[in-house]
Order: sequence, then structure tokens, then C-alpha cells
Amino acid sequence: MYTRMYKGLISLPPMFWVAVFLLLPYALMFAHSFWTVRDGIILHEWSTQNYAKLFQNPLYLDVLFRTMRIAGSVTLLSLLLGYPLAYYMSFHAGVRKEILYQLVIVPLWISYLVRGYAWKTILGSDGVLNGFLQHLHLTKEPVSFFLYSPFAVVLMLTHIYTPFVFLPLYASLEHIPRNLVEASHDLGAGSRATFLRVILPLSLPGLLAGATFAFLLTLGDFLAPLLVGGPSSIMIANIVQSLFGTAYDWPLGAAISVCILLLTISLLFLTERLEKRWAFR
Amino acid sequence: MPAISSPSNSGTAGVLLEVREVAKRFGAVEVLKRVSLEIAAGEFLTLLGESGSGKTTLLRLIAGFEQPTSGEIWMDGERLDTLPPYKRRVNTVFQSYALFPHLSVRDNVSYGLEVSGTAKTEIPARVADALRMVKMEEFAAQRPARLSGGQQQRVALARALVNRPKLLLLDEPLSALDANLRKQMQSELKSLQRELGITFLFVTHDQDEAMALSDRIALLKGGALEQVASPREIYAHPATSYTARFIGQTNLLRTEVKNGTARWGSLQWATPHADGNAIFSLRPAAIHWHTGETVPWGAARFRAGIRQQIFSGDSEHLEIDFEGHVLRVRLHTPGLLSGEQEFWFSPLDAVAVRE
Amino acid sequence: MSGSQRGMSRSPLLAIYAVLVFAFLYLPIAVLIIYSFNGEGVGGFPPKNFTVRWYQVLLSDGAIWDSVVNSLLVAVGTVAFSLVFGLLAALALDRATFPGKAIFRRLVLLPLILPGIITGLSLLMFAVSVKLQLSLLTVFIGMGTALISVATTELYAGLQKMDRAQEEASLDLGATPWQTFWRVTLPNLKLSLIAAGLLIFTLSMDEIAVTFFLIGRDNTLPLEIWARLRRGITPEINAVSSLIFGVSVILILIWYRIRTSSTGAEAQELLERP
Repeated sequence: MYTRMYKGLISLPPMFWVAVFLLLPYALMFAHSFWTVRDGIILHEWSTQNYAKLFQNPLYLDVLFRTMRIAGSVTLLSLLLGYPLAYYMSFHAGVRKEILYQLVIVPLWISYLVRGYAWKTILGSDGVLNGFLQHLHLTKEPVSFFLYSPFAVVLMLTHIYTPFVFLPLYASLEHIPRNLVEASHDLGAGSRATFLRVILPLSLPGLLAGATFAFLLTLGDFLAPLLVGGPSSIMIANIVQSLFGTAYDWPLGAAISVCILLLTISLLFLTERLEKRWAFR
Repeated sequence: MPAISSPSNSGTAGVLLEVREVAKRFGAVEVLKRVSLEIAAGEFLTLLGESGSGKTTLLRLIAGFEQPTSGEIWMDGERLDTLPPYKRRVNTVFQSYALFPHLSVRDNVSYGLEVSGTAKTEIPARVADALRMVKMEEFAAQRPARLSGGQQQRVALARALVNRPKLLLLDEPLSALDANLRKQMQSELKSLQRELGITFLFVTHDQDEAMALSDRIALLKGGALEQVASPREIYAHPATSYTARFIGQTNLLRTEVKNGTARWGSLQWATPHADGNAIFSLRPAAIHWHTGETVPWGAARFRAGIRQQIFSGDSEHLEIDFEGHVLRVRLHTPGLLSGEQEFWFSPLDAVAVRE
Repeated sequence: MSGSQRGMSRSPLLAIYAVLVFAFLYLPIAVLIIYSFNGEGVGGFPPKNFTVRWYQVLLSDGAIWDSVVNSLLVAVGTVAFSLVFGLLAALALDRATFPGKAIFRRLVLLPLILPGIITGLSLLMFAVSVKLQLSLLTVFIGMGTALISVATTELYAGLQKMDRAQEEASLDLGATPWQTFWRVTLPNLKLSLIAAGLLIFTLSMDEIAVTFFLIGRDNTLPLEIWARLRRGITPEINAVSSLIFGVSVILILIWYRIRTSSTGAEAQELLERP
């Protein structure tokens, strides 16, 4: 019985912290979304005009959809890069898979800023890529759309999130008992059929986890557009950021944030449901 | 060295599988040493041996999950070892069942039919037949995770058999089951094999299981075949002392033979064995307790002290001491014995074995 | 086990693809490092005039080193805080039942998946409403909140792997729960704690999204670099980035050593299987 008391107590400090520094701020943000601003001062009058503004002004929806398109592209590309890599390492790499795993993890630990900056120096008009192409006489003038474009944003974020997508995918693939592969071969399925019928379905939980991660994090990213994006690649988080900065409309920014929050939570809920269905335990 | 094998007497003529001088090496370890074996069509052959004897490796070579380092495997007059596993008319029941967790029982069983392009109209009937054969029809829609070990094993069996393989490989399929279930499954497997007429290659380390199920037993030791014969043959006439000890219990008597007489301590008996040292295998059941009945002419009689007596249902297991040698004896209910008693055995029951 | 791989066809195409993916992952970093030694500055091709000038400029750049100190302060504080609170949270999730446990679990893990901007902004609003001035302290609060989830996840996994019978044995032998915690539970978690600590340290040093909104006058390293970037790119930034890369690699190696030292015994077993 003494253990029960002790167990209950230890949950208190983290619960307290979560309540004060997580729940309260979220609640505050929620409240702000219903307030308004006038002449640079936030008025605590309750109204839903912020949300109305979001749906009436096509600008916000446009940016949101663009953000989702970018997030989708990043997720898709990361999967296209990450899945074959994970598959190769898990099933074909033999003893080298340990070292290769290290090599994939390393970029993850390198600063986001460092990697974004690297792309900035590569893609610019005076950048390495243009210099390289001109050096080989493949182009005569610097190609401008490499940098300050949605292309650059997608490229940079794919680079950032491919290892993120890789990790749960690899774990999922490693988890598949090898005797299932043998059984599939034994029953007459070649490598391709075995992959489609056995390996792919069993790797879905990991795939889902990685894809969700990449999608959601890209959705709320505001640094990539500032680093390598141009005016045509503003994402929804940039709008929020400017509303809390120079455009000074905290309530509107809060409203958008609440929308992002709801979007995130519903996506998480959805994937959790799917994961439960696909967990063949 | 050639395996000592007696021809199979399984009824149907024809050799299905030929293992020709197959050797397998993993790195520096030679797991199989130039093994040659013939499996007749329709027979139930068991690969018996301790762990590390190479029996599982041989099975995997036939299934196609490993390649022989040297030697060849032929099936029905065609080369087998150059084919990948999915092209061989061989199916495996795995030790851990290896059922696909994301597929229902029904989909597991139909897997082999689907990937080989069997007509869609044919599949449901064949699947239903296979499930009925293993008595798992009512579980068709379930997922493997919900089934018990015994049930999973039946599904694994159905999944393999539905493809009508020429050869079915079973890799210690009953080792994870408890004793009663095991006995039941053994008898079901045996009758299934008889009914279907499919050739079974069964791997186990359990000699009781091997003797109960097989038409022939191939005993493997250290990567080489020790003896290949029917259970009765191998029990009555073990070729080596290892075989004698591995299959059933035995007493090994190291004797010296001179002029047709084997001498063991103060005991001697007539034997056709050549002069020199000889080891004789004498089963515990072959040693009889003398209660005054007439003893056959030529029998070896001796007195020995009772060291230990263990009751075992319908028989007594005794350890007796004869001139410092400990012998194991199996008797039928003489009641509790003590002190010194008289025993005898017939020289016909003492089988000469190689080392 | 290895045999099944030997039996399957090796796919050369797949191997080439894997190499290409690795190239994609590493090329930008390689370029970064190479050009930090480039005399002509950032960009252009090919790089010429090998020089360490930019590193020398970096060494004498006071503002950068100030921000490094700030980052370290916050990072160390965050590690200490996250490990303690994360341990409590992990223990609570692993062993205790209390009302609202399911919600608590979701909440604790939320900052992990939520974009940093939301965590940062909500805390900004909170700070303003309680009239707390923005400074390294607010940065610390933000990071701690965000990174508790990392500690909790890692330590929870460590607790799950632990053999519960050891604690029962300790109690059986007469130790109190408190003693059991210090003598049995914690030592078992040593590896998880170190791994989590390293991870949190690295994440904290690199954190931008949350810090962006909670920073006061004193910059952390990422934000100092960020501020410079606004003014234009210089090879000095290449230099500091390369150094960050170097330090990160060392930290990963340490982290990996720790992770695999516990599984070394299992690896040995796998080597002997005919």
C-alpha cells in the first residue's frame, strides 16, 4: 500500500508542469483567437471574426493548401528516398547494416540550420550548383529557380526529413521475422511478390509513423521558407510568425495556430486509428 | 564413408529425392560432411539427431534456403539445388509456424495457390478442403495471433499441403507443443501422410517421435549419416554404439572375443563375431530376472546386486551391479527387489556394434 | 538467418539507389565543409585557394562565442530539468494508475509532434500575460517543455526493458522503495539516462523554432547564426557550421557506443549459429 501512495505522488511534478506550461498556454492561445486587435492593442472582446476572416479571405486558404502540397511533396519524396534505403539495409545489406544505420543517423543530429544553410549556399545564383553547371558548360547563366522557390523549400525539407521517415520504417522492417520471408518463398512467391504481399503490408505501421511525422513537422515549418523560399513559397506558419511580429495581430495569429493545432490532432487521431488496424500483433 | 542403410519398404516404388554427396560449410565449420541419401516416393522419413548434427541444415538445403557447398540434390530425375525455393515442388512446415500475421487463416492457406496463378475459381474449394483436413474450418476468418500453438501448427500444415507438393518438409513442428497434444498430433500426422501418400521428410531430436512416425529413420551425427533404417531395424540392429545409445536405452558391453566366445568379466557367451575386441549392445528389456524357469540353452547367467529400482507404471527400471559394471534392466512388475539376484540374457539379443 | 539472404538474389540496382540516397544526404554537408576552406568565399565552382582564414575570423568573433556560452547554459539546464521531470513522468506512465493518465500521456508527447512554432507562441502569450520578461529563462522554459517528451519517451522505453523481478527481489531482501529506486532502478536506467541526456543536449543546442519567439537580448548560437544570415552569407558561417557538424559527430559516436555496449552480448550470440 505504501507503493501505491509513492506511485501517485511521482506523477505530480510533471503533471503540474504540463498543466502550467502546456495546458495553460494552449488555453491562452485558444482564448486569444476569439479576441480582436485595434490600433495596436489587443481587446478582450469575444468574437469569432478571426475565424470568419480565415475562411472568407482566400489568401489564407491558398497558403494553407500550398503548405499542405509542400508537406505532401516532402513526405512523398522522403518516402521514395527512405523506403528503398531501409529495405536495402534491412534485407540486403548483411553485416554492413549496422554501420549504414549510423550513417543515416548522423545527418539527423546535424543542426537544422546548418543543413538549411548548406542548401542555401548550394542553390543560389552564385552558389555551388550553378557554378558547377556553368563550369561544365551545361548552362550559360545562373538558373534562378533553384533558390527562393517552392522547389528549394521542398528540396531542403526532404533532405531534413528523409532520416526521420527512415527510422520508424527501418525499425518496422527489422521487426519482420525472416522466416516469414522464407515461408513466402517456400510457398512459391518470388522476391517481388514477397515484397508486395508480405513485407510491404507488415511495414505499414512504420511507414505511417514516419510519414505522419514528416508531414506534420513540414506543415508547421517556418524557417525553411525564410531560408531558401521566396514570396511564392510562403507557408502558413510564416503568416502566423509575421502576425506575431511586424503585422501585429496576435488574435488572428492565434486563430491560425488553433487551426494548425486542430489539424495536427485530427491527423494524429486518424493515424492512430489506422495504426491500430494495421498492428497485427 | 557410405551410410549404412537398408532399403525402404514403403510400398510405392521409385526414388523421389536424391541427396548426392552434399556438403555444407559455414565459414570454417563443416556442418554437413558429404551426405548421400535417397528418399522414396510416398515414404515418411525422419532426420534424427542432436542439435548441431546437421539435420536442420539438410532440410534447409532441400527447401532451398541454403546452397550446398558441394554436391547435388535431385528430385524426380531433375536437378533441384540450382532452383530457388519458389520454384521447387517442395513445401515446408516451419518450427515456428511462420504464419503471416496480417492475413487470415484462409488467406494464409491460399497464399501459395495465389502466387502460383491457380485459377481463382479453384482456390476456395481447395482451401476449404485443406482446412477440413486439419480440422480448422471454423477458424478460416481468424487471424493467426488469436490461435493457440497447436492450432497455428495445423494451419501451417494446411498452408503447405494445399499446394500438393511432391515433398513436404517438417522442421520439428511438434517441439513447441505439450506432451499430450504432441502425441495426438503425431498420430494425426501419421494418418494424414498415409491418406495423402505425400512424401514426408520430418526433422526431430526426439527418438520416440522418430520411431513412432517413420517408415525409415536417418540418424545424423556431427554432419554425417550414422545409420538409415526402419525403426524396428535400427532398434534391433544398431550399427554403432552411438546409434544404440541414441535410440532407446542400452547397455554397452566391451568384450574380448576368442574362438567364437565373447568374454566380459567372468561372463561369456557364444558369438559368430571375429576375434578381437567387440562391443555388444544389450537392451535393458533383454535382461531377464531368473525366477526358477528353464533358461534357454547358451544363455549367459550371472548374479548381480540391486543398486536402484525405479517404478514406472507397468515396468520396473533396475540398476544392477555386476563385477563393478552397472547394467540397466527393465522388468515387468516383480515387486520390490533387493540384495543379490540372478539374471540372464540370450546371446542372440547381444548385438555387435561398431564404435 | 544469413542463409536466407544468401539464397535471395542480390539486387545491384537497389544498392546503387542506396548509394545515391546517401550521396543526397551527405553532399550538402560535404560542400559546406569544403567551402569553409575556400579562399574565394561561398559559392562558385570549383573551390580554390585553400585557407583557414575563416576559422581564424571565427575564433576572434566574440559575439558567436557569447552565444555559444548562452546555448550551453540553456542546454545543460534543459538536460537536467528534462531528465528529472521526464523520469518522473516515465515512472508515472509505466507504473502508476491515476485519473487522467491517458490524457497526460498524450499531452506530454504532444510537443514532440507539434510544430515548434505553436509551442513557442503559446508560451510567448503565457509569458506576456504573467508579465515575464523574455530572456534565457523563458527560452529555458520553452525548451524544457518541448524536450520533456523526448526524455519521457526514451526513459519509458528503458523502464519497459527493465527486469521488474530485480526490484521485487530488492524489496524481498528488505530494501524500502526509496532504497530500491536508488540501488536498483536508477543503475538499470543508466544507459537510457545517458542516451536521453545526449539527445536532449543536441536538440537543445540546435533548437530554433521555440527559441525564436522566446528569446530576449541574449542570443543562443542558432539564433546568432540566424541573425547573421539575415545580413548575408559569409564563409565564416560555413566555418562555424562545420565545427557544429564535427562536434555533433563526436556526440553521436559517444551516444552510439553507449547504446551498443548494452547489446554487445546479444550480438556475440548471433555470430554462432550453424
